Amino acid sequence: MKKKIYEAAKSLQRAFTIFLLLLPGFFVFFPIIILITGSVMDQYEIKEYLNPIFTEAFDFITWKIMPDYPSFANYGKLLFMTPQFFVLFWNSIRMTACILAGQLFVGVPAAWAFAVYRVRGSRMLFALYVILMLLPFQVTMLSSYLVLNRLSLLNTQQAIIMPAVFSTFPIFLTYGGFRGIPSQLFEAARVDGASERTIFLKIGIPLGKSGLLSAMVLGFLEYWNMMEQPMAFLDDKALWPLSLYLPEINWAQAGFAFCASVITLIPAVFVFTFGQDYLEQGIIYSGLKE
Amino acid sequence: MRKSKNRISFLIFLAPSFAGVIVFVLTPFADVLKRSFETAVTGRFTGAANYRTIFQNQAFLLAVKNTFRFTFICIPLLVVVGFVIAWPLSKLKNAGTIKAIYLFPLAMPTATIVLVWKMVFYKQGFLNIFLTGLGQWTGTWGQVQTDYLETEAAFWVLVCSYIWKNTGYTVVLWLAGIAGIPAELLDAAKVDGAGSFQRIWYIVLPNLKGSLYTIVILSFLNSFKIYREAYLVAGAYPHKSIYLLQHIFNNWFVNLELDKMAAAAVCTGGFLFIVILLLQKMWDRDGTS
Repeated sequence: MKKKIYEAAKSLQRAFTIFLLLLPGFFVFFPIIILITGSVMDQYEIKEYLNPIFTEAFDFITWKIMPDYPSFANYGKLLFMTPQFFVLFWNSIRMTACILAGQLFVGVPAAWAFAVYRVRGSRMLFALYVILMLLPFQVTMLSSYLVLNRLSLLNTQQAIIMPAVFSTFPIFLTYGGFRGIPSQLFEAARVDGASERTIFLKIGIPLGKSGLLSAMVLGFLEYWNMMEQPMAFLDDKALWPLSLYLPEINWAQAGFAFCASVITLIPAVFVFTFGQDYLEQGIIYSGLKE
Repeated sequence: MRKSKNRISFLIFLAPSFAGVIVFVLTPFADVLKRSFETAVTGRFTGAANYRTIFQNQAFLLAVKNTFRFTFICIPLLVVVGFVIAWPLSKLKNAGTIKAIYLFPLAMPTATIVLVWKMVFYKQGFLNIFLTGLGQWTGTWGQVQTDYLETEAAFWVLVCSYIWKNTGYTVVLWLAGIAGIPAELLDAAKVDGAGSFQRIWYIVLPNLKGSLYTIVILSFLNSFKIYREAYLVAGAYPHKSIYLLQHIFNNWFVNLELDKMAAAAVCTGGFLFIVILLLQKMWDRDGTS
């Protein structure tokens, strides 16, 4: 009897686990499937399905997982007849790349300073950095605006890049990676006569690269999705990143919007797939107690 | 000797970053603090007038209320949902794929997903199709025609999309915390006859306080990013149930009402500063005990 209950509980548990696997799978893949099918639909077909949105009619919208008239016309239009799209795509790439490169040069040495050299005041400074990292954009929006205005950087991509380069979030993540290196290694290198710079470049970077890479992966996903900053500081639409352009496409061009969304999604999926371990590591580092 | 050398190295490595923080964050914030006591155009000293204005401003009060409501509903919900998923997941051997599925929404740019959200929550959209179907199947209700974006329901749409996006990292943090609990502790409790709920309540949860603080802080930080969804789905002036602090900051910015913005930034920043310090205190005390 007891064994039976035990077995029933076991199978119930297994069913729950499977359910747990399927449910988020559905919620995650559903939007992607809609995006992909929408992007390969013929424009008349998509208009027919979404008709209630235009006519305010009383029917429901409809959808098909397999389009009746699959067509790559939207991709063709987007990739070969919309030079504007490339400008924006390139904007996104350039801003993200500049930010990440800047963070690498500025943030990684700073993280190293906090992780390796325990001097008076460093703990307090670190606490300040943590608080700055947690302040939302809205709180710092006005101060960023004032300084960008003074440096006449408004309405240039520098206005997005510069404040992000000095963000303290990547420092926190990279710090997590550096803290994991046993300090005896540095002592041994010092005894052998290595300079602090050599220790940083030859021991710190190679051994602490997991923290550094997780900062890059999390940073990429964050800045690829950036909206608040360009919305506030870039008036000229030619400077916008893709993430800000997509919502501008209206329902009448739904197929086009689906296409642009899929293409915007591709780099993020790429980074996610190859950087998943670092992403996870980064999340754990962001939770590390000092 | 070693000490002063340490200090020099520390300064050299930190210098570029700290210079940037001073130029781009600290100095301008001091400027904001100063401006919060001045009029916007003439820069005349007005004392606390700006602060009085914002606390009498209906829109600001509404935004504060909604932001609090959002935070107080979402964060506990996220913490619980994350744990309910992480606990059984921690017992699986190959949880990698499942974790990846949960994490994926974090990688999806908000702008790409908004189209789908609109289709789901539209008056004649997928959710209503599903609910109508369910109603007909069970025979309890007829056609559902709720418009989720222009009514009170908009708030819950935001809550759902927040949970959708942020469950992944919560699960990862809980899993990291659970993995840190010594297995002997759980085995010992099992031998002593503790049931699985008892084990969770008396052993697992008390050992996870550190993870809890982290999750709360990060969820709080990310809760401000819900503005993206709110703005994209409903624009700069959405239904009043989802008019958040982020909206009012943005609208003030667009209208160049910098005096109000300065006062509100100081208040919000100050409030967050205190909350973060308190959380850190709790966290530290917990770590040493």
